[in-house]
Amino acid sequence: MPQRTMVEALNLALDEAMAADDSVLVMGQDVGINGGVFRVTKGLHERYGHDRVMDTPLAECGIIGTAVGMSVYGLKPVVEIQFSGFTMQAFDQIEQNMARLHNRTMGRFPMRMVLRTPFGGGIRAVEHHSESRETYWAHTPGLKVVIPSGPRNARALLAAAIEDPDPVIFYEPKAVYRAFREDVPDEREIMSIGVADIVRPGNDLTLVSYGAMMRPAREAVEDLADEHSVDVELIDLLSVSPMDTKTLCDSVSKTGRCVIVHEGHRTCGIASEIIARINEHAFEYLEAPIRRLTGYDIPFPYFQTEQHFLPDADDIVEAVRETLAWE
Amino acid sequence: MSMTAGPRDLAADTQSGTTNCSHDCMDTKPIDLGDIEVLQVLDEQGNVNPTRDPGLSDEELLSVHRAMVLSRAFDARMLTMQRQGEMGTFAPNLGQEACMIGQVWDLTKQDWFSPSYRSFGAQIQRGWPMERLFLLWSGYHEGFPPPEGINDMPFSIVIGSHVLPAVGIAMGMRRRHQQDCVVVNFGDGAMSQGAVSEALNFAMVDKAPVIFVCENNGWAISTPTQLQYATTHLAGRGIGFGMPSIRVDGNDILGMIAAMREATARARNGEGPTLIEAVTYRLSLHTTADDPKVYRDEAETEPWQQRCPIARLERLLEQRDLLKKEAAEAIRSECDALVLEARERFRNIAKARPREVFDHLYRTTPSEIEDQRAEYLRRLDRKGVD
Repeated sequence: MPQRTMVEALNLALDEAMAADDSVLVMGQDVGINGGVFRVTKGLHERYGHDRVMDTPLAECGIIGTAVGMSVYGLKPVVEIQFSGFTMQAFDQIEQNMARLHNRTMGRFPMRMVLRTPFGGGIRAVEHHSESRETYWAHTPGLKVVIPSGPRNARALLAAAIEDPDPVIFYEPKAVYRAFREDVPDEREIMSIGVADIVRPGNDLTLVSYGAMMRPAREAVEDLADEHSVDVELIDLLSVSPMDTKTLCDSVSKTGRCVIVHEGHRTCGIASEIIARINEHAFEYLEAPIRRLTGYDIPFPYFQTEQHFLPDADDIVEAVRETLAWE
Repeated sequence: MSMTAGPRDLAADTQSGTTNCSHDCMDTKPIDLGDIEVLQVLDEQGNVNPTRDPGLSDEELLSVHRAMVLSRAFDARMLTMQRQGEMGTFAPNLGQEACMIGQVWDLTKQDWFSPSYRSFGAQIQRGWPMERLFLLWSGYHEGFPPPEGINDMPFSIVIGSHVLPAVGIAMGMRRRHQQDCVVVNFGDGAMSQGAVSEALNFAMVDKAPVIFVCENNGWAISTPTQLQYATTHLAGRGIGFGMPSIRVDGNDILGMIAAMREATARARNGEGPTLIEAVTYRLSLHTTADDPKVYRDEAETEPWQQRCPIARLERLLEQRDLLKKEAAEAIRSECDALVLEARERFRNIAKARPREVFDHLYRTTPSEIEDQRAEYLRRLDRKGVD
């Protein structure tokens, strides 16, 4: 099976979708001849031409707003915003139209569109290039928020996002873009949105994460098994809205303990929502307070200090052991 | 249509003698955009300038007149209903009937129209049943979706937020090689929104078949134009984006139709967008929650009463022996009767459907939303709400 990076896997998913359906088009800044600043759209301009792989003026609000109109007209735009920190410029169009037009028109105008954007830290970038604000979109009724963690699920989830009849925010963990290769088959694969992945079954504690934090989480789980004989169940959320409440609560009902890891800020972060749901559905099974290891409530630090801001495998191991020790 | 995304030859631009710019490169004096002549075909006395006359037949002139009268009748009835507590807050558009009817008069069913919220005259002309507009403004969701078969957008309330999607529709048309066009309207206040400038730029770069109609009615709630922009006109904004732009007397229905014909012909020929600044005046309130006496001298409205677009057209119709005073009165009564019939239909169909508020958010509803719906329905059941 061919080995691919996440960038190559995403490129494959876009190419497959565009080849299969001529209403799918790609638009954004520098997505054309340049192939995108991370090269996710490389080669598509050559294959499909300017009208389907469109370099836009530099205006995020304009990109999303015009994509909304194209979607009304029956096209399926897949928009790239260069960094998720720049989606704030487009908040207006995401909130006023992308998330609401289907509801406003009682379904007459579905919003078949995908907003792809790299998120998260760890690449020594300047300010506004490391944000993890998935909470904004999970908090916005009408959107779906999908977050892959590796090349294979990135390809299959992007295929699902493009096929989905509702608007999807697709957050790509840029620290993973070229971090490793993985088997990604040539044959098309598609996953269901809203289904979490039990990466490793276990009995002692449920560890939940998504995106780039899945790497230190995996490392921590191996270390815990090898060094401390702790049997952790690791869950990759893959979609923060909708959220796979059942898988989370079934797991916690079994293990009784839970640690959640994400890059996004703590207050009203995704972990807060997970804790609330476990509280609602699995409270009686809990044997310890749920621990969250998240970004702090400060702006993402300038990059000379970012490695201390982001949780690493050691931090996760410590949080897990403390939670297991709680009586 | 093929477009290549190659680099522009900036070197050619900077070769001496190749630009037409009359400006010295070190000239930092404010640029005088000058005045742009306001296109007028039908003057206030009812005289027609033959060089720009769109040449409507007698029947067409009478239809246009009736559409404007109907718009005004609807506006007046809405105000009465609002004052009597039957209607929610809405945006009256008294005096802007020529703008509204003129901008959609020649559109086909395949064309798209994206209205602002001060446009119900245009919506009626596009085929929206009046009862649906009553539903819309009295808080029923059913009023919002454009009726099947009518290529209109619903308006969005946040000022200017509907303009970019309208451009996107036009960009879609160009990609599908259609000869149709999009008309989007907004006001002088919306012109200050960054998203509207982005829309003008995106449209021009993509050569999208869209006509921007800026109804400059002098006021954005209480903010007059001199606090809204520092130029003498808004048409210059289009010129700044390289876009052909027209200023037209927005109270002149023939001028509006002439300007729109110029713009739609360009759009259908693949020549791209046009900006039309329609100079008009908001004679009435911003919304029914507004009291203009707080911020404007009512004497200011006097000259605009004299420029009434309907009275002006009636002078022409009288001159041409197409309409006598009594006949005009009869048309007013007929239009008011049509509005009242629509009000009856509205009263018969208006029904709040609280059990359906979750039904239209998603095509594929996530299970957590289903759970919330179930909880909400239990609440309604507990309270005995149907």
